[in-house]
Amino acid sequence: MNVHTAMRQWPAEGLTRVPYWVYSDRALYDEEQERIFRGDTWTFLCMEAELPTPNSFRASNLGDMPVVVTRDADGVIHAFENRCAHRGSLLCLKERGEVREIVCVYHNWTYDLTGKLTGVAFRRGIAGKGGMPSDCKPEEHAPRQLRIAVFAGLVFGTLSHDTPPLDAYLGPDHVARIRRVMRAPARLIGGYSQIIPSNWKLYIENVKDSYHASLLHMFFTTFRLNRLSQKGGLVVSDAGGNHISYSMTQDVAGKEYEQAGLRSANDGYALEAPDMLLKNVDEFGDGIGLQILTVFPGFVLQQIRNCLAVRRVVPRGLEKTELVWTCFGFTTDDDVLAELRLRQANLIGPAGFISMEDGAAAGFVQRGVAGASDALSLVEMGGSGTASEESRVSEAAVRGFWKDYRRHMGF
Amino acid sequence: MNIEHIVAIADLNARYADAIDANRLEAWPDFFLDDGCYRVTTVENVAQGLPLNIIYATSRAMLRDRVKALREANVYEGQHYRHVLGTPLITLVEAAGLRARTSFMVARVMRTGDTMLFATGCYEDHIVVDTPDGARFVEKTVVLDSRQIDTLLAIPL
Repeated sequence: MNVHTAMRQWPAEGLTRVPYWVYSDRALYDEEQERIFRGDTWTFLCMEAELPTPNSFRASNLGDMPVVVTRDADGVIHAFENRCAHRGSLLCLKERGEVREIVCVYHNWTYDLTGKLTGVAFRRGIAGKGGMPSDCKPEEHAPRQLRIAVFAGLVFGTLSHDTPPLDAYLGPDHVARIRRVMRAPARLIGGYSQIIPSNWKLYIENVKDSYHASLLHMFFTTFRLNRLSQKGGLVVSDAGGNHISYSMTQDVAGKEYEQAGLRSANDGYALEAPDMLLKNVDEFGDGIGLQILTVFPGFVLQQIRNCLAVRRVVPRGLEKTELVWTCFGFTTDDDVLAELRLRQANLIGPAGFISMEDGAAAGFVQRGVAGASDALSLVEMGGSGTASEESRVSEAAVRGFWKDYRRHMGF
Repeated sequence: MNIEHIVAIADLNARYADAIDANRLEAWPDFFLDDGCYRVTTVENVAQGLPLNIIYATSRAMLRDRVKALREANVYEGQHYRHVLGTPLITLVEAAGLRARTSFMVARVMRTGDTMLFATGCYEDHIVVDTPDGARFVEKTVVLDSRQIDTLLAIPL
């Protein structure tokens, strides 16, 4: 625990309370970058399919830190800090592309695709004048290398040698549930990003909050895509930071919504062309229509019927978060399935019928707690624990996040 | 170049934008043919040849469904847009209609008074001018210059 976290006390109630200062403390934000994003965690960097050929690269992030992910001439994937050894300039100024070497535009220092410094312009000066002293070793200032792990077409990176191997970090449930979705080689279908007007943790809490799904997102419930009465479950990892929420496509009846008189239980509500939007096939063969999976700190894998996406949660400052969506199908998709994925993509993203509210909700909390940094939020649905359970009327996965967060931060 | 074509396209887009900015969303689908297509995508997806859209509808019924969802199901903070449109650039004239590109900028005004430049891009339009109801979109593709959307895209562009 360093000086700053020592000044802060987590509420005595434990995981059922979250102090609002966690969303508005600049020093805490900086410490999270060091202890979480640059610490003993795996960050999802990109899909392997985003590096389609040898000599390709993709810009990404490890928290605040810009990184470049590359596939070298031999097909091996690397990632390193996007920062020149010389004066710290960004090395890579494009989102993606193909290159044989990476050249810093500022003073033309060159790197190979493993991140190794290979050339310093005018190192020996010109005509015996200028240049760098012979005992200067710029190679020792090279951008930091990440450890890489590629699993099921997903590329993860970490700066720490102490991060456990990826499969142990994910745990057996997540290994199985990621494999379930990534059933064939992925084919990109596109992407976009969404700026969330809140601290990164508010968005992650929203994803892990299976309680809000059918209450905030009324489109969802009205069309029985994911009523909480549908059979499903919530899986929380032992460390707490990874979760899976899933439900079957078929509604197993239940009149909870009607009895509760909630506005979302409006059975008279009908779309003119629902099949154009909602028609789907059971491509996984298990009847699971929705699976939302997170890996601490900021990775989301989403299966909503046939709409598949990965989301990267990138902190962009204390009260700003970029959510990078990448949608994909598989190289084995026929034209019919490919079109279904595009139609169902209307459900997700910033204009998604069932996700447009999420970014705004995180922002509502950020704005709502201004001036309440010492007040506490209540996280008591489903009790006080973080165990996996059948009911999704629970905040167990949110409590799981804070359990893992506190462990990393030393609270 | 035919000045009447430019006027027809500019007029259709002016009416289209006015309906959205004045919150007459129920009129929005009627600017399209019954089997008209409306998409919102980004320059980045187009440049990579990737088919993903932020919004994708292939009929007027789907557009009406989106309006219904915005009115009755989706939850978003009070806001409205102000479109500013450029001069249509006609890219193709053929028997099946006109194709044109029109730049736009959209400011978003929140109920709090916060106003921001929300979106810039172009409309890639395929228009028929001579339906009984006047000019209509066969296809309207909104190509956003940026891949980033602030918070949410509720009202159509």
